Amino acid sequence: MQLRNSESRPQLQSGRRPQLDHPVLDEYFLDHAFDEMFDEQGIVRPHYASLINTFTKLPKEELQRRKQSADLSFLMQGITFTVYGRDEGTERIFPYDLLPRIVTAKEWERIEKGLTQRITALNAFLRDVYTDGKILADGFVPREIVYSCRHFRREMRGLQVPRNVYIAVTGTDLLRLNNGEFVVLEDNLRVPSGVSYMLTSRRVMKRIFPQLFGDYGVRPIEHYTRVLLSTLRSLAPEGRPEPSIVLLTPGIYNSAYFEHTYLARQMGIELVEGRDLVIHDNVVYMRTTAGLKRVDVIYRRVDDDFIDPLSFRSDSMLGVAGLFNAYRAGNVTLANAFGTGLADDKALYAYVPSIIRYYLGEEPLLNNVETYLMTDPAQRQHTIENLDKLVVKAVGESGGYGMLIGPQSTQAERDEFRLCIEANPRNYIAQPTLDFSRAPCLMGSPEAPLIEPRHVDLRPYILYGDKVTIVPGGLTRVALPKGSLVVNSSQGGGSKDTWVLNE
Amino acid sequence: MLSRVADSLYWMSRYLERAEHTVRLLDVNMGLMLDRSGTSAEGRWLRVLEALGNPPDLEWEGDHIQLVRTLTFDDEHPASITACIMSARENARQVRDELSTEQWQRLNRLYHQVTEPNMPGNGNQLEEFLPSVLDGLHLFQGITDTTMTHGEGWQFIQMGRSLERAFATVKLLDIYYHDFFTVSEEAGGNNRYLEWIGLLRCCTAFEAYCRVYTADLSHEWILEFLLLNSDFPHSVRYCIDGLRQALLSVRQSSGRLAADELSRVAGRLQSSLNFAEIREVLEQDTAAYLRGILRQCNQIHDLIYGYYIHYSVHAALSA
Repeated sequence: MQLRNSESRPQLQSGRRPQLDHPVLDEYFLDHAFDEMFDEQGIVRPHYASLINTFTKLPKEELQRRKQSADLSFLMQGITFTVYGRDEGTERIFPYDLLPRIVTAKEWERIEKGLTQRITALNAFLRDVYTDGKILADGFVPREIVYSCRHFRREMRGLQVPRNVYIAVTGTDLLRLNNGEFVVLEDNLRVPSGVSYMLTSRRVMKRIFPQLFGDYGVRPIEHYTRVLLSTLRSLAPEGRPEPSIVLLTPGIYNSAYFEHTYLARQMGIELVEGRDLVIHDNVVYMRTTAGLKRVDVIYRRVDDDFIDPLSFRSDSMLGVAGLFNAYRAGNVTLANAFGTGLADDKALYAYVPSIIRYYLGEEPLLNNVETYLMTDPAQRQHTIENLDKLVVKAVGESGGYGMLIGPQSTQAERDEFRLCIEANPRNYIAQPTLDFSRAPCLMGSPEAPLIEPRHVDLRPYILYGDKVTIVPGGLTRVALPKGSLVVNSSQGGGSKDTWVLNE
Repeated sequence: MLSRVADSLYWMSRYLERAEHTVRLLDVNMGLMLDRSGTSAEGRWLRVLEALGNPPDLEWEGDHIQLVRTLTFDDEHPASITACIMSARENARQVRDELSTEQWQRLNRLYHQVTEPNMPGNGNQLEEFLPSVLDGLHLFQGITDTTMTHGEGWQFIQMGRSLERAFATVKLLDIYYHDFFTVSEEAGGNNRYLEWIGLLRCCTAFEAYCRVYTADLSHEWILEFLLLNSDFPHSVRYCIDGLRQALLSVRQSSGRLAADELSRVAGRLQSSLNFAEIREVLEQDTAAYLRGILRQCNQIHDLIYGYYIHYSVHAALSA
């Protein structure tokens, strides 16, 4: 995900400062983006009072000491990026911020309900599209949107998946708009990552600020791996009461490899690569020193395209030949199922509100970001006329690829995108440039620490087995450079702990 | 344990043992070059090359310093110390989560030491550099023994090391037997004595030998010590004992008790070493006897792979 600030937004309103005087807040300016800590009048929101109180009272030496202690803790837990090549061995720690992001019980309740509703509907949608296709027949979602989606898997048609669950693990990206409302930016229904950072930064924060943490009454998240394990277990093929569960990783060159090893260890399941698995008579086995051992559930962190060279990309070295047939035969469960990428297509995203209404008969609790479909002539016309104000995204891409950020683009780039859109309207959508909320972060130098606002998003993790479970928390990603709206870790983004309060 | 993991640990261990052996071989022979003796430089370094299995593309060209440099630093040559340590680390990387942090860091440091020999503290002198690499290798072994669970993975590490070491010792004996054991005292003279010390040093065995037999060197005793001693870590018998123990332990923990042929071959080799008398070994065709051991080592390797790593799906399903 990638968002940039719009130059058309009003300049910082001078004089709008928090009504709290302390040298550490000297650089804290409020603009019209929602501020997580101060309200419009610059008064500290009640749930941030004790946090800011603690941080302003700490002597800077003590603050520095705790920061170092947290660094060390991350290093010791091995929560690091390891860069391959010459520098390897000099491990870099994952960038994080010491101030937790706080979510009130009331805010969380709405997020939790909204996400549960959304995931339930999206799962029902996948089931419907891959079996009866009622929603298509009823015309609530156009057929051409579904069938032209790159992630639609015709091979999944008519397949019965255990418990009808397609999306066992989701990480949905939420943003908070100016009015304080949480909206959904992206549903990541394929192989969402980042949950290990949520778990490990919580452990570090508890050690560094035990008193503050205890006083706040933060809801626990430690049970995530246990719930993930029981979710996976609940999806085992029938007749396998003691299922053997593995995590399938693309291997050491994958950027999320740390997370794969972490989750496998925490769940006590085997971490396998494609070459560890063999298929015989449509049954999946792993090669062990004790011989072949049957595998029942695969928590796969390999994309659809690469998972089975026989059924999908034949040049894939990461997959297992014949895996899809074993899956179709019902001898193994894959979480997530194949073809879930259909439901997080950026064009289909525009239809999610109607999908929720269609299957659940409810109004969506969490809104979408306004989205223009290029397949609609009027919306396309509007977009092309306003390319300099909008963000244009290619539908099948993620991670900030294939994007035009209107306000920061050149005329040549806009011309290029206009041609692309007109050549293949299905491949693009447009959204307004967003100003999402900011949270306080520890900046400045060790000698002169400062608390400054930075833009944040929120990615809660949703598990769907015999029921929907959302661990109260998530990954709060921060755009650490001043003024930046890019939260990707590859581009200077970091993370912070997310505290969901009991009341 | 996943076969892939066992495979990586086994090879990591073999490569490190190989690096250690190479370091010692180069170091000892460089030292011997300083003594004025009847042994020609050519004969000596050809022997070294032979002990390393005559690596392809590597010939004796008359300059032993150049040869030692190549065998130490040139990562293009698979036989070089650097290449061995790089391969060991590459294997370790594949199973990073099976190793302790201490092991990984130690191996990484060793890697940086050999790939960037000009780093401060590394010393430009080969005479200083080689012993420091040896220290690094020993540290890794010690860390492995104290920080890693002695489970199946550790047993595969032991297997790799024992087999590699047994092989290297037998190979050395084979070469030295041919060049120095059969020659009469008059023909060899002092020269022979010096080479015998060299052989023992290549196996870190000189002091241990003296403790058993005093500083009197005889080819019979040297052969007995390096081949049949039950307590010295570089003796072939000791290595095969260790190998056998690791095999039994894996056999138990994996529950694959049917590794019949493997048990038989390894057990036979172990017994033959345990009950052999040096007199008998010398009475028969000794060179053929030594090559027989090498062949059995290779066979054991193949059987380990056949049973635990690269078994065919068909065989596994019908078992």
